Amino acid sequence: MNMTTNSTAAAPVIEAIGLQKNYGPLEVLKGLDLSLERGEVVALIGPSGSGKSTFIRCLNMMEIPTGGTIRFRQKRVGDRFRDKGEDIGIGTLRRHVGMVFQHFNLFPHKTVLENVTEGPIVVCKRPKAEARELAMDLLAQVGLGDKHAAYPAHLSGGQKQRVAIARALAMEPEVLLLDEVTSALDPELVGEVLAVIRGLADKGMTMAIVTHEMAFAADVASRVLFLDQGVIAESGSAEDVILNPQNPRLQGFVARFRG
Amino acid sequence: MTYSWDFHSVWQYYDLFLWGLWISVVYTFGSIFFGIVIGLVTCAARLSSWKLLNVIARIYQEIFRCTPLLVQLLWFYYAFPLLVGGSMDNRVAALLTLALYVGAFYAEIFRGGIVSIDRGQHEAASAIGMSPGQSMRRIILPQALKRVLPSFINQSVIQFKNTSLVSVISVADLAYMAAVVNGQTYRPLESYTLMAGLYIAMLLPLTQAADWIERRLRVSD
Repeated sequence: MNMTTNSTAAAPVIEAIGLQKNYGPLEVLKGLDLSLERGEVVALIGPSGSGKSTFIRCLNMMEIPTGGTIRFRQKRVGDRFRDKGEDIGIGTLRRHVGMVFQHFNLFPHKTVLENVTEGPIVVCKRPKAEARELAMDLLAQVGLGDKHAAYPAHLSGGQKQRVAIARALAMEPEVLLLDEVTSALDPELVGEVLAVIRGLADKGMTMAIVTHEMAFAADVASRVLFLDQGVIAESGSAEDVILNPQNPRLQGFVARFRG
Repeated sequence: MTYSWDFHSVWQYYDLFLWGLWISVVYTFGSIFFGIVIGLVTCAARLSSWKLLNVIARIYQEIFRCTPLLVQLLWFYYAFPLLVGGSMDNRVAALLTLALYVGAFYAEIFRGGIVSIDRGQHEAASAIGMSPGQSMRRIILPQALKRVLPSFINQSVIQFKNTSLVSVISVADLAYMAAVVNGQTYRPLESYTLMAGLYIAMLLPLTQAADWIERRLRVSD
């Protein structure tokens, strides 16, 4: 392995540098740094209100940070939709950084298949037949090949979330952001969604995951960040952060989930 | 005493009724067409982040929603020409007033539909890289349209009935013609019953069609 490939491999796909977010006088994020390398799975844990959702939503500019920078492929992300000069546009960023939401947000007026082909056809301008083929492939991967003609209203929560994951994957993203994707699910449906995510991790998908599933985070994440009151209070391997917490607030937090 | 109905003498003027009906239909669809344009522009102004546009659109809406249509017709026909000097054709005054009136209501219907769509829909569209325009056209508007369709049709049915008011500024619509026939035949019961029957004959299929469309659109729910 020569120096060049070595440095490319180590180069972060997406970075947050000194990220801040205020809502008026309320400081939600107080200068956070994160650098995600290709193939890395980072889990963000922390009490509600700690800023972890806001943080992950800043990574694809769903929330516009009030301070700091997002860099994607070593280029600064600007504040416009389109690329401008050296800056990458928000639209370009989102095309390569997928997001899955807590409440699925499937398009209710479109079938499962149309939900998945919408991005490739409308945003990437791919031919319809090709997008369809890709979508059917992805739906099969998440175990919903037979549901392609159904409307979202006829699916269970777990099925909806798996369609949402397929929809994000159809953009062939370099990074996937998962924002509490199992929090709105009935307990018995959590497993099927986590299994899909674990499969993605095994295939080397770069992911940032906000979750309350401690066991899952410990299992799938290469790195765990504990957010507390708008700062990264602890970060390290799953072993260090979840199984052997040092920070007293983290100890309390993890203990509650061990229950 | 039993009244002896005589539709025959009234029906001799069927051409007047049909012509009046045609005029009512023309004013209905004309004012709905311009009303949609005005409604869309007003709706966009209301949703815009530009404060001044917001205020102007609101003032327009409140003026037309809070005065009776009859008053608006009289004002545009008799008062407005004095204000600007010159005179105004009664047909122009009628169409203008009807369109401005229904546009104010349409704007509110459209706006309500758009803001009722869950924020998550826009976020999901943005998250796959759609521009604000694409998200509006492909995700928000189709859902909003479906949601507002019943109120839109309802308002349009009311609009058809409202055109009967233009007879007060001598536009020869169905209501005006019924009055003319009554004047000729002295048969108010038949003249006005026939008029009412024609309004029903026009609107009943429309309301039924609206119900049918609504049921069909419910497929994805």
